[in-house]
Amino acid sequence: MDGIEEKRRIRLVVNGRTVEREVSTRKHLGDFLREDLRLTGTHLACEHGVCGSCTVIADGVPVRSCLMLAVQAEGMVIRTVEGLAEPDGTLHPIQEAFHEKHGLQCGFCTPGMLTTLAAVIEENPSIDEAGIRDAISGNICRCTGYETIVDAALSAAATMRQGA
Amino acid sequence: MKAPPFAYHDPRSVAELKGLLGSLENLRILAGGQSLMPMLNMRYAMPDHVIDINRVDGLSGIEKTADGLRIGAMTRQRAVERDPLTARHAPVFVEALQWVGHVQTRSRGTFGGSLCHLDPSSEQPCVAALYDAVLHVSGPRGDRDVSIHDWVLGYMTPALEPDEALLAVTLKTWDGPHGYGFEEFARRHGDYAIVCAGALLQLDASGKIARAAISLAGVDVMPVRLREAEALLVGRTPDAATLAEAAACAKAIECMSDAQISGDYRRKLAATLTRRALTSAAARAKG
Ligand code: FES
Ligand code: FES
Repeated sequence: MDGIEEKRRIRLVVNGRTVEREVSTRKHLGDFLREDLRLTGTHLACEHGVCGSCTVIADGVPVRSCLMLAVQAEGMVIRTVEGLAEPDGTLHPIQEAFHEKHGLQCGFCTPGMLTTLAAVIEENPSIDEAGIRDAISGNICRCTGYETIVDAALSAAATMRQGA
Repeated sequence: MKAPPFAYHDPRSVAELKGLLGSLENLRILAGGQSLMPMLNMRYAMPDHVIDINRVDGLSGIEKTADGLRIGAMTRQRAVERDPLTARHAPVFVEALQWVGHVQTRSRGTFGGSLCHLDPSSEQPCVAALYDAVLHVSGPRGDRDVSIHDWVLGYMTPALEPDEALLAVTLKTWDGPHGYGFEEFARRHGDYAIVCAGALLQLDASGKIARAAISLAGVDVMPVRLREAEALLVGRTPDAATLAEAAACAKAIECMSDAQISGDYRRKLAATLTRRALTSAAARAKG
């Protein structure tokens, strides 16, 4: 390819808004969200699929945005951490619970934790502690020791069960 | 940690895919991307062409056929895990998938991708070997079927020509009631297995073992069937002593060694995990 950048036009829905952009075909979704859409809430750390910090929700399921090309998201509905709260600023129950239960310290892993947990709890609000621990087993946190994250997730699940 | 430049192709049909396979060189096929994307990001892989098969029609889905369970190569691990057909005909696969990566990687990762990537410690080739899977391969020169037992040519090398693609896999699932077990040892949940073991047992009317299959991964570059143990089990009653005797066959297999894990340790794990997998299989076979 001799360094020639191949580009493509893609159209997708990000946090409820349809976006259309020209993007380099080798660019991964995480970089596209951060650089092209300036949605820097999605964090990138390892960029090879081991830390989970880049997790976004793609067509309803949590995925690692560093392991998907932006062009592969053509036609998809993507939710990032910026899209979890209501447009009026009301926090998602998982965000509210992280705030209440001190589910974060430095915040680096937090977007990936929130998107992963929002997706699994929305799908199954009856999820138990083992299910929560399994769900975040692919998300590395170097600060909290995970206990407060698990507490927050269980509390958010309880809130969502009541809301349902 | 950014992928090198490549020409990107996203065919929509198998015919279009075959056309690309026949005309391009130095290509990589992109399925779920959970192994190839890291390899691109780290520039271990430097293809001139990436053929993304995510939008090829007809490559995902599971159906029951006369031969067993036919699983499209692009079927996501999450879809395999949740399909009622898997639970009914290959429940050991559902159990094995609990060990594969994490929720975020199973959302994208595919069965076909795992069988082409062939990480020696991967659970999915282990399950394929347990069910004597047949791999349906296609290319511009025609279609062919390859047995899982002929599929692994060497370390992470499938019997796939550069112009061929894996389209689907048939697991020769067992008819009638039978028991199953899957056991694994890894440093942390979701990490690559050091060793994993799958077992299937079918009992006859008198409670004796009529049929047995045992498959191990992580011991060699390819999944290993423990044929000697399978033969030993047939006709015997599945009591603890018999299962332990069969599992001890694993102590004789050749195991790979690396900087962290010795072959000796893998052999010990293989025997222990085989015994545990057989024990769950026997309990479930008895119902
Ligand atoms: S940045 Fe994607 S998994 Fe680490
Ligand atoms: S809060 Fe710092 S890494 Fe998790």
